[in-house]
Amino acid sequence: MGLEKALADSVLLTRLDDAINWCRKNSLWPMPMGISCCAIEMMAFAGPRFDSARFGSEVFRFSPRQSDVMIVAGTTTYKMAKVVRKIYDQMPDPKWVIAMGACTSSGGMYRTYSVVQGIDQFLPVDVYVAGCPPRPDNLLNALITLQKKVARGESKGTYPTVGADVSQSHPASSRRTP
Amino acid sequence: MNARVRSLLETSFPGVPFEFSEFRGELTVVVPKEKIVEVCSFLKTHGETRFDLLADLCGIDMFTPLKRFGIVYNLYSLQRRHRIRLKSFVEEDEPRIASVTGVWKTANWHERETYDMMGIIFEGHPDLRRIYMPDEFEHHPLRKDFPLMGIPGSLDLPKK
Repeated sequence: MGLEKALADSVLLTRLDDAINWCRKNSLWPMPMGISCCAIEMMAFAGPRFDSARFGSEVFRFSPRQSDVMIVAGTTTYKMAKVVRKIYDQMPDPKWVIAMGACTSSGGMYRTYSVVQGIDQFLPVDVYVAGCPPRPDNLLNALITLQKKVARGESKGTYPTVGADVSQSHPASSRRTP
Repeated sequence: MNARVRSLLETSFPGVPFEFSEFRGELTVVVPKEKIVEVCSFLKTHGETRFDLLADLCGIDMFTPLKRFGIVYNLYSLQRRHRIRLKSFVEEDEPRIASVTGVWKTANWHERETYDMMGIIFEGHPDLRRIYMPDEFEHHPLRKDFPLMGIPGSLDLPKK
């Protein structure tokens, strides 16, 4: 049964923003930033058993230029932080970040000099996932949470924020002006 | 085998103050730092010992006023299937020792790691750079006077 049959001769009315956000939320392509063991669970999340394809998110892109959401999965050291930020900066707007696991969210058990105590010190994070490592179900839950945010037009890192005043000051705006 | 290594070292290096100790069949020899390269190449090349594999090289911080830093060489002889351990100590104000990269090539990265973590300088090393920490980092994190959470501001993060 196609849409033509369901709608017949009627019309469908919506706001353009909502229609765009509906498209975006159902095709969130992840950038797999698998830095350590959480990446194994992230692979299970994309595989057939947990199957993130059910939510339109199965296309793992290893190029930041083609991704919408970066899943930072693993212990982020100070040395790696520069690389993560660089790849994040290469992603086109609008973009989102999922901080997967204890290490990524807070440094986790690595309370030490070499590990960043939470990637929100250098990245705008939209969804945090608890667990060490989180089960794939938990990451699916994060994806669904993120989909709800996308549907509302929210993004911590995108500039300009969808539906917001362009002249509004944003940390990224200073970098954009020549 | 341990007794043989001991007598070989004593006869080949007369007057050198070695300290021998044995624990559970493993021989440990404390070597004066000036003699370390000579002793290593002797143990590697002598037909009866043939310690041709440097299994590990690492540093220790004793945190004592004298002989603060130790360097440990774990040797293995593939031919004799035997292990021994060499130790050398250096002072806090002059943490320098000769490099053994000329004896075993594999010492290259081990010595870089020991330099990065402990600040021990290996003289004659072909490429003594940091191996774990960023090049611009100024401290040596496995020293006992280094705070666990690091020194604030010593490692920079990208801007948010």
